Order: sequence, then structure tokens, then C-alpha cells
Amino acid sequence: MTDNTTTAAAPRKLSLKAKYAQLTRGLGWETTYQSPDKVFPQTRFEGIKIHDWDKWEDPFRLTMDAYWKYQAEKEKKLYAIIDAFQQNNGHLNVSDGRYVNTVKLFLTGISPEEYSAHRMFAMLGRNFAGVGPQIAAQMQSIDELRHAQTQIHTISQYNKYFNGMHDFRHMHDRVWYMSVPKSYFEDAMTAGPFEGIVAISFSFEYVLTNLIFMPFMSAAAYNGDMATVTFGFSAQSDESRHMTLGIECIKFLLEQDPDNVPIIQRWIDKWFWRGYRLLTLVSMMLDFMVPKKVMSWKEAWNMYFVENGGALFKDLERYGLRMPKYWEQTVAAADRLSCEAWTTFYNYAAAANFNPWCPTEEGMDWMSQKYPQTFDRYYRPRFEHFRDLERQGKRFYNTSLPMLCQTCQVPLIFSEPDDPTQTCYRESDYNGMKYHFCSDGCKDIFDHEPEKYVQAWLPVHQIYQGNCFKPGTDPTAKDFNPLAAVLDYYHFGPGDNMDYVGSPDEANWLKWKGLAKGDPAKMAS
Amino acid sequence: MSVEIRTAAIEPVRQTFSHVARRLGADKPASRYQEATLDLQSECNFHYRPLWDPERELYDKRRTAIEMKDWYAFKDPRQFYYGTYVLNRAKLQDTAESNFDFVERHGALASLPRGLARRIKAILLPLRHVEYGANLNNCYISAYGWGTAITAATTFAMMDRLGIAQYLSRIGLLIDGNTGESLVVAKDSWMNDPVWQPLRKLVEDNLVIKDWFELFLAQNLVLDGMLYPMIYGRFGGELSQSGGSVVAMLTEFMDTWYAEEIRWVDAFVKTAAAESAENKDRLSTWAREATARTRDALAPLAKLIYLDEARAVLDDVGAQLQARLVKAGLSV
Amino acid sequence: MSDTQSNVFLALQTNDETRPIIEAIEADNPHAVVHRFPAMVKIDAPGRLVLRRQTVEEITGVAWELQSFHVNLVSLSGNIDETEDELVLAWKH
Repeated sequence: MTDNTTTAAAPRKLSLKAKYAQLTRGLGWETTYQSPDKVFPQTRFEGIKIHDWDKWEDPFRLTMDAYWKYQAEKEKKLYAIIDAFQQNNGHLNVSDGRYVNTVKLFLTGISPEEYSAHRMFAMLGRNFAGVGPQIAAQMQSIDELRHAQTQIHTISQYNKYFNGMHDFRHMHDRVWYMSVPKSYFEDAMTAGPFEGIVAISFSFEYVLTNLIFMPFMSAAAYNGDMATVTFGFSAQSDESRHMTLGIECIKFLLEQDPDNVPIIQRWIDKWFWRGYRLLTLVSMMLDFMVPKKVMSWKEAWNMYFVENGGALFKDLERYGLRMPKYWEQTVAAADRLSCEAWTTFYNYAAAANFNPWCPTEEGMDWMSQKYPQTFDRYYRPRFEHFRDLERQGKRFYNTSLPMLCQTCQVPLIFSEPDDPTQTCYRESDYNGMKYHFCSDGCKDIFDHEPEKYVQAWLPVHQIYQGNCFKPGTDPTAKDFNPLAAVLDYYHFGPGDNMDYVGSPDEANWLKWKGLAKGDPAKMAS
Repeated sequence: MSVEIRTAAIEPVRQTFSHVARRLGADKPASRYQEATLDLQSECNFHYRPLWDPERELYDKRRTAIEMKDWYAFKDPRQFYYGTYVLNRAKLQDTAESNFDFVERHGALASLPRGLARRIKAILLPLRHVEYGANLNNCYISAYGWGTAITAATTFAMMDRLGIAQYLSRIGLLIDGNTGESLVVAKDSWMNDPVWQPLRKLVEDNLVIKDWFELFLAQNLVLDGMLYPMIYGRFGGELSQSGGSVVAMLTEFMDTWYAEEIRWVDAFVKTAAAESAENKDRLSTWAREATARTRDALAPLAKLIYLDEARAVLDDVGAQLQARLVKAGLSV
Repeated sequence: MSDTQSNVFLALQTNDETRPIIEAIEADNPHAVVHRFPAMVKIDAPGRLVLRRQTVEEITGVAWELQSFHVNLVSLSGNIDETEDELVLAWKH
């Protein structure tokens, strides 16, 4: 053989976009030995029309080698800080022992759903029929596993010293208020892939996620929780990828076929509302649970939804989308949401896996300042009443069980949109049964898909049906105490529930910090 | 006035999470792998039946015929959680990157004998589509499997397969000077060349396997277990002898990766087989069927690479796989 | 909604690596406003914001990969266009 060499022409330099396309786009093919519908069986049943999967744009063109490299850098930094936090008893640096209750809420309420998101995006990664969205979903799947695992590792230190979160997986599947996040994600996972991605990537990750992470992580920073700050900001860099998946999927679906628009609008309405209800817990965290405050719920909602979300939906108007239904109600309720929520948890402190408390004078003054129209008029009297009872040694614990909304599963604690003095009740009749809702938004969701929502495992209904006892429990026994039996089923131990004042957490905190009880310099709000 | 400095002993209230302690048998310090893996998946009180599978629950043990008393009996010998996984892969990619850089700077691929370059293109590049199939299969298991122990491992594998597909693609770009032409030709071979059709059919048949543990076996044990030794083991070695050692540099990642895959895949299969006679029988049946199908599918490719030695090579990689199956406790 | 353009934003962790990035953004985006929060910097700009690799390299004097900003990214808004040379955030309408 004479000429042995290939022509050694200088290779042209590929742009990031072109290189990424070469490394990903051609990987897939139209299958012939098995029909494409059998390989991707979930792409039609929702009525969404896709004509060309290749129209998907990859905004962040991260190849796997770059992913491993950058994510490893993040992990090194993060675990160095987690290690330092553990070695130096970093948990002692938070502003007050009360602060840790936000961490309990996070681990038991949110971290398990990071895991759910991990599994959901694996489903999407398999069920979308185009390589671009498959890869984007798969990358999010592994990111969410990262979040679940790094949260557990970060909060592991807190678990060693504080109560309430020691059996977080067990509690997440059973405890009454945790069915709110659990049912939210299960609703998305049991829907089809297109609804799933609109629900989580767009409505949650793009529109609403800033409302969990930005204020909460800043609050962690203000309150000396270095570990959570670090975890939070580290996770947020992944979130930016997720947000772009959300905005890209919306544009892609809307541009594929005009028939998709009304389907997507309906999903946006549903998932905005379910997401908003989920954020009830964040509102009370911001306004009542963080000792050193960052911003009010109302301010956060205004910054991250009204302004940001407003800009987003303005940009999407060209596709025929509008703002989500009932969004005005969320603005009207911004003055009330956190108070209604915190009052509920104060009431039900015996059945919560963290230790609520009555706000101090300082805390209430902050609320008066942030909510001048409503706090002193509607809510301060309640808290002062609770405080008076406490001072008399009659701290009020509500031992009845609340009616839950069939859709969002939050108790019916919200006021009418235009009347802070009236609880909002809605109902629907379906197949001879009556179902109850907290709002028009939740009733609408049920009415559109009743067959789905009648299945819900409502914790309070389940308690009354006797499904929330450990195996072998005998309700006919003489001294049977149903509440105690339920808490046993929840795996609550000493100190997991009840007020912060008088709790083992409080006693430990005072001991570790060398403080006397009621030390005014250290009392948080 | 004296100032009393009070010191308090800071004793932890507990060593680990309760669900971890139950599994460890006592409240004692747990590893990061344990805390990040055990019981992470929801197992009860689901709210809604899936629209896409209304006869089943959201997570459902019935999605496989394999039965376990405890799905956390599976232990990843690498003890990977996300952090240790990406750290490990970052090191591997750093080496791979240096290798690719070296080859590019020295024009090493461009100066290969033309026949050799053609051979590399014809054999390696279409395999990127096999990797893509592996990516989708591990994605399927991560989605529908039961328990974090296995599904986390397949999540890492899913991303690995994409990474390998991308390295193979880059080899093509290095050879064709970034025009992408080699990848177009490889795709055409994949779709139309008779040599590749049985393998493509196998990959597509695997894509529609419904039982996720059966799929695990077919993909991660049987197909990988024959394809990887056949290609990256032997072929790479042969290429080195004829001046293509540069290919060994560019596929070093695959070698390292496969040696690691054997460890955790075999461990999982062994655990499942040891659980019960029923599991062992079912796994053995699956393995026998998959091995026969896979060997047939690989035969034309073996012939392309090894010519008259094809059968001997197939026997050899078949024997390697067989040894693994036996060691895992299967009767094949 | 008002006539003024909606803001885009880019939020980064506050550390040594992001200082030149923030400087570069300030240099290339005269209408941007930098807000400093605990542990984080949020940069708002009406309608459009660009991060240029070349500007960062001029500030630091060393080669810099644009994609590495992912490591310190906290959040962002707007439609994204990313190449090796610049990252653009913009609202189209």
C-alpha cells in the first residue's frame, strides 16, 4: 500500500453549539425492529402534538465530561464545609434553637420530594422521544438525587443534636401535613410526561422555586446556618439548569402545535395553584420561624412571583398564554397567608414533628410593620390570647382533627379572598359523595379530574378510618388513646412534638450555649 | 467580681437517623452511603394510580418478577452516592481529556494509516448508538425499579453511558477533522449495513423489555458482558499492535469503567439469586435466553473485526460471561 | 404592566472566583444594578444582560472557560443564549 495516511487537513474549530449537536443529536434513531410507539409508549395519550423533536433547543450545552468536572468541583467545596460544620459543632452558631425547626421542616417535608423529583425525571428521560429533552431530563434526574443526598448529609449533623427529624422518611409518608408535598409530587409523577414536565420544570422550577430557595437560603445565612447556606447555593446552580429546562420545554411545546396551547394553559393554572398551596409552609417559615428575619412573605411573593412571574408571562403572551388563573387571589392573600398557617401549626403542635411557639412581642412588632393593614387588626389579638393562656399554664393544644382540602390536602384554614374574617369553604358532589376544598383553585382542579382526586390518601380521613395505627393496636382496649396511638404510628419520640418552650431542644440549647432560661438577650422572635 | 466560665458537654442525642439505626441494629454512626441510600424511596400510602399504568401503584414491586424480602439487601460495592460518584468520574475524565488533547495536538489520528482509520471508524463509531440504548435502558430501571440501592446505581450508569457515547463521538470528530462526516456514515451503517442489523435489532428488542430486572440482566450483564471484552478488551489490544495505540488512549475510560461495572452488576445479581430458588431460576432462564440472543446479534460484528477468528473470539467472551454468571450463583 | 422593560437577573455566590465575573458584567452592562445579599450577589438589568469571556480574561489576565460560571451560579432569569464567548440573558418581548 502506497499512500497510507489520511489527509491531515487542519480540523475546523467547532462552536459550542455545533460540537454539542454532534455529540448528542445524532445518537437516537427511528426504530424499525420495534415500532417507535412501543419504544416510546407515553407520547400520545395526553393529546399533546409533537411534530419535530429536533426543534428542541439545548440552552446549556453541558456534555458529560463538563458535567462531571464542574459538579465534582461543587461537591468538593460543599463537603469541605459540611465536614467543617460537623467538626466544629457548627449547629451551635445558629441564631437560636428555634431556628432549627425550619431545618426539620425542610428535611421531613422537602428532601423526600427531591428524591421523588429524581425518579420523576428518570421517567421523563425515558419517555420523551427526542434525544435533546431526554438528556436534559436525565441530567435533572441525577441532579435531584444529588440534592436529596446532600441535604441528608448536611442535615445529618442537626439530627444528632435536635429532635423531630430522626425518622424523616417514615414520617413523610404518614404525618398529616406532609401529605401536602407528597401528594403534590405524586400528582405530577402519576400524570403523563408532558403534564409532568409542565408541572415541575415549568410551574415549579421556573415560576416558583425561587420562593423556596432564595429567601430561605438568605434566612439561613442571616441566622448563622452556614451548612444550609452552602448547600442551598450549591444546589441553586443546578436549579438554573432546571429552570432553563422549564422555560425551554414550555416554548418547545407551545411552538410545536397551536392545539397544545389550551392544554398547557390548563396545566399551568392547575400547577400554579397546587404549587402556591405547597408554599404555605414557606410563608410561615419566613414570617414566624426564622429568628433573624430577611424579608416578609409578602415581599418575597412580590419579588419572585409578581415581578419575575409577571415578566415571564408577558414574554409568553405571544404564544397565547395568560397569567395563571386566580393569581390575583395570591396577592390579596399575601397579607394573611403566613398568619393563617402559623396559627394552625401553633394549634396542632402536639401532632407536628417540630416545636412551634408563640411569637414574642418583638416578632409581632415586626409583623405589624410588614403587614400594617392586617396584622394588628386580625392576628395579633389571637397570638396575644394564646400568650395569655400560656402564662396561665394553659397553653392551648387543639386535639380535634381538621378537615383537609381534597386537592391540596392543606387543612381548610384560608380566608375568603376578599374577606379576612371568613374561612373559605368550597365543595363538590361526585358519585354521591361530598368533597371539600380550601379554594376555588382547588375545586376547579378536582372538578376537571375527579377520578384522580377521589383516590387521595387524606391523613385525617385515614386516621378516622383506623388506618393510622401500628399493626396489633387494639382500639377496644380500656385506656386506648387514639392520638397517642397515631403519634406512635408516626414514630414520634419525646421532644419531637409540642411547644418549643419546655422542649428538650430548648433545654439542650440553653445548656450548650450556657444560657439561662428566658435570657432576653437571646430570645428570638 | 469573678466571671464563671461555664462549659457544657456537647453530647449528641443520637448517632444517626432512626430508619438507618433500625437497619444497623443499633443507633451507631452510619456511613454517608448508608444515610444517602437506605429507605429513600417511598413505599406506602400513595395517593393516585398512575395514568400511564392504572393497574399498578406509582412505585410497584410487581414491575419485576424478582422478589426480595428486603430490597436494601443490595449493596453497591463502590458505595457510590452522588458526591463520590462525580469525584470518581471527574478524575477519569481528567485523564481522558489529557489523552484527547494529546492525540489532537499531535495529529495522531490524522496520521494513521488510512486502512486503520477506516477500521476504527467502521467498528467503534456505530457503537455510540449501542451506548445510547444502554443509556435509555438504565434510565428505565432508574424510573421504574424498586428501592434506592439499585436505582441510584443505574442512574449513575445512565449518565456514564451517555458519557461513553460522547467519547466515541469525539473519536469520530478527531478522525474526520470536526466535519461530523464519520458520524453520519456510522449512523448510516447502524441503520442499513447488514453487519449491524442483528445488533440494532437486539438493542431495540431490549428497549421494550418490561420487567426492569430482566432488562438489567440483558443490558448490564449479558450485552455489556460480551460486547466490552470483545471490543475494548481485544480489539483495542490488537489496534495497539498495528500502530493504533492511540485508540487505547482514547478508550481508556471505557476499560476502566467496565472493570468497575463488573463489580457492582455481579454483586446485585448474586444477591438476587441467593434470595430464593425462584429468583435463581428466573434469573438463570433470563440469562440463558439473553446470552443466546446476544451472541447471535454480535456474530456479524465479530466476523467484521476478527474474520476467521470470530467464532473463537465469541467463544472466549461467552466463556468470560459464563464464568461471571456461575460465580453469581446462576445455573446456565 | 408598565412600558419599561422587564428585568433579567443573574445571581452568583460571593467568593473570590466571582469577583472578576461581577466586574466584567458591570463593565459590559452599564444599566445593570448590583445588589449585595448575604453570601450572594444579584445583578438586575433591564431587558438584557451579557457576560463576556474576553472581558473576564482581561480582568484576570488568565484564560477562563465561560461554562465554569456554573460552579458559582445561584440563579438567573430571562431567555438564555450561551456560546464559548458569551452568555446572554434577555427577554424577547
